[in-house]
Amino acid sequence: MSQIVLDKVTKRYADGFEAVKEMDLEVNDGEFMILVGPSGCGKSTALRMIAGLEDISGGELRIGDQVVNQLAPKDRDIAMVFQNYALYPHMTVRENMAFPLKLAGVERSEIDRKVNDAASILDLDQHLDRRPANLSGGQRQRVAMGRAIVRDPKAFLMDEPLSNLDAKLRVQMRTEVARIQNDLGTTTVYVTHDQTEAMTLGDRVAVMRAGVLQQVGSPAELYSDPVNLFVAGFIGSPAMNFMPAQLDGDRAKLPIGEVQVPPERHGAGGSDAGRQVIAGIRPESFEDAALVGEARSRGTTFRARIDLVESMGSELYAYFNTEGGIESDELAELAADTGMEETASSSEHTVVARLDAASRVTRGEEAELWVDSSKLYLFDPSSGRRLAHA
Amino acid sequence: MGRGTREYGLWSIGIILILIFALVPVLWIVSLSFKTPATIASGDTVWSSFWPDNFTWKNYESLFEGGIDESPFIAPLINSIGIALITTLISIVLASFCAYAIARLQFPGKALILAGALAIAMFPPISTVGPLFDMWRTLGLYDTWPGLIIPYLTFSLPLAIYTLVAFFREIPWDLEQAAQVDGATPFQAFRKVIIPLAAPGVFTAAILVFIFAWNDFLFAISLTSSDASRTVPAALAFFTGESQFTEPTGSIAAAASIVTVPIIIFVLIFQRRIVAGLTAGAVKG
Repeated sequence: MSQIVLDKVTKRYADGFEAVKEMDLEVNDGEFMILVGPSGCGKSTALRMIAGLEDISGGELRIGDQVVNQLAPKDRDIAMVFQNYALYPHMTVRENMAFPLKLAGVERSEIDRKVNDAASILDLDQHLDRRPANLSGGQRQRVAMGRAIVRDPKAFLMDEPLSNLDAKLRVQMRTEVARIQNDLGTTTVYVTHDQTEAMTLGDRVAVMRAGVLQQVGSPAELYSDPVNLFVAGFIGSPAMNFMPAQLDGDRAKLPIGEVQVPPERHGAGGSDAGRQVIAGIRPESFEDAALVGEARSRGTTFRARIDLVESMGSELYAYFNTEGGIESDELAELAADTGMEETASSSEHTVVARLDAASRVTRGEEAELWVDSSKLYLFDPSSGRRLAHA
Repeated sequence: MGRGTREYGLWSIGIILILIFALVPVLWIVSLSFKTPATIASGDTVWSSFWPDNFTWKNYESLFEGGIDESPFIAPLINSIGIALITTLISIVLASFCAYAIARLQFPGKALILAGALAIAMFPPISTVGPLFDMWRTLGLYDTWPGLIIPYLTFSLPLAIYTLVAFFREIPWDLEQAAQVDGATPFQAFRKVIIPLAAPGVFTAAILVFIFAWNDFLFAISLTSSDASRTVPAALAFFTGESQFTEPTGSIAAAASIVTVPIIIFVLIFQRRIVAGLTAGAVKG
C-alpha cells in the first residue's frame, strides 16, 4: 500500500505526438482513483506508464517514496487487470492466480493458502482446476482480479476491467470491485471511459482530455463544480444542456428568456456588458412551473413547445428546441469527444429537462417550465473555462 | 435438405479423388516392396499387377542383412535420423528467437532480415551445390554430418522463421505484459507464457523443417561420399540388386516404405498439438 505520484509525467512518441502532457496527479494511500475521459485522451497510456509498460518521456513517477521511472514492471510491485483479462490460457485458474507468487519464489504451502483465500473472496472455489477457455466472461474477469489480489501489491491498476461484460454483469461487478477495494484498502488506479462507472466507483475522479488532466476531485465536486465546459459536459447523464447567452451585469439573456445570475456564478464576467458566453444548465435544474413551490423566485419561468416526453416512471425527460446555435470550437470538440455530434452548433438546439413524474407536460404542446438560475453555469466560449470559478 | 446432401456428396467425391491421387503411388510402392524380383513386372490387369502374388519379406530382410557394417541401409538410416533431428532442433531454437524479435520488437533492419530470409528461401539450391562442394572439401566438412546440417539450416531457417512469426503475431501482447507485471523477466515471460502458447506453431515449423531435411536428395547426393554421412535418399541411389542383372527395385521400394514411416508418425503425433487450439480463452472471445 502506498501513494502514487505523477510529477509532470509526459509521454511523447517518436513522431512527436504527446499522448500525455505534463500530468500531475497524486493518488493517496488506499485511495480509489478513477481516470476517465473519451477514448484517445491518454488515460490508458498514463496507466501503462504507472505499470511500467510504457516508457516515461518526461517527468517523474513515484510509487511509495521511490522514483520508479527506470524500474521494470516486475520491480514496481503493482498488479494490473487488463481490459481483455489477459489470462494465461494454458494454465488452470489456480495456476493463473499462483503465477505471480511462483515467480516471486513464495513457498508452496503459502501459495496454496493465498490462492484459496483469493478464490473464496471472489467465489471461484469450484473453478480452480478449470481452464480460462471454459469460464464465462464474469468468471474470467474474477480470475483476472484474483491474480491481482493474491500478491498483496502496493497498488492495483485496472484498465477498463468491466468493459467486456454485458450491462447487467457490469453493474454487479462494479459493486464487487468497489467492495474488494474497500476491504483490502489497496491504492487503486482505475481507467474507464464510462462516466457512470467513474462517478459510482471512485473516491476521486481525474478527468482527462487530449492528454491533459482537466480536473481532479470527488464525484460530487466534479458534478457540482466543474472547472470547464469539457468536464461539465462529460460528467452527468443526461449531459448538461448548453446554449448561447449574453451577459449583462447580473443578467444573462438566454434563448429561453432572461435570468438573474447570482454574482458567484458569473464572477468578473459581468463587468463588460454584452459579453457572449455559453450557459450550461443541468437537466434537473428545470422543473414544471406548475410544480415549483416557493423556490419559484430563485428562477425564471418560460414557455416551450415540448417535442418529446420520455417517462422513466420516477421522473420525466422532456425535450424541446431553442433557437440560436453556439459557435464554439470547445463545444464542437466536446460533442465530437462524447460522440454527440448532432448537438454541435446547429441553429436549432435540443434541450433536455428532467421533470417530476407528476408533471402534465405532453408531447407537441406548449408547457410552462421553470429554470433554477442559481444552478446556472457560465463558460467562456473561446477557452471553455468556467466563469466565476475561484 | 436436398442442397445440403448434394453438397455433402460432392465434397465426399472430391475428397475421395484427392485421396486416391495422393495415396495410390504410396500404396504401389508398398506393394512393390512385398514382391519378389521375378514378379515385379508381372500381371495383366491393373489389379493383378498391383497385388503381390508371391508375398515376401525378402526385400526388407535384405536391407538389414549383415548388420551395421554390411547393410546398405542401416548406416544411412542413422545418418538421416541424426541429421534431420539436429537440423530441426537448431533451426527451431534459432528461428523462435528470431521470429519473436521480429513479431514483438521494433528495430532497424527488421524488413531487411525478413526480405533476406525470403530471398534465401527463393534461392535455387542447385546453384549453391558446386561452390559448397569445393568449400566443404577445403574446410574438411565434405562427407560429414555438419556438412549437411549447415546447408539444411540455411534453407530451413527462413521457412521456420516465417511460420513462427505468423504464430507469434497471433499471441496477444497483453499476455506477455501481464506476465511482466506479475513479476516475470522478459525471458521468463517468453519461456513460461509465449513458448507454451506458441507450441502448436513451433511443432508445425518443426515438422516442416524435419520433412525438408529428411527428404533432401540434392545436397545429400552431392556432399557425401560414404556411409559416414550419406542419408537414405542418397543411399537409395547406390542400392544394387542380388546379381548384376537384377534391378534393386524391391529393395528401393522397401527402403522408401520405411523412410515414410517416421514422417507419418511425426505428423500424426503433432497434428493433435496443432489442432489443440491452445490459445482459446486467453482473452475475451
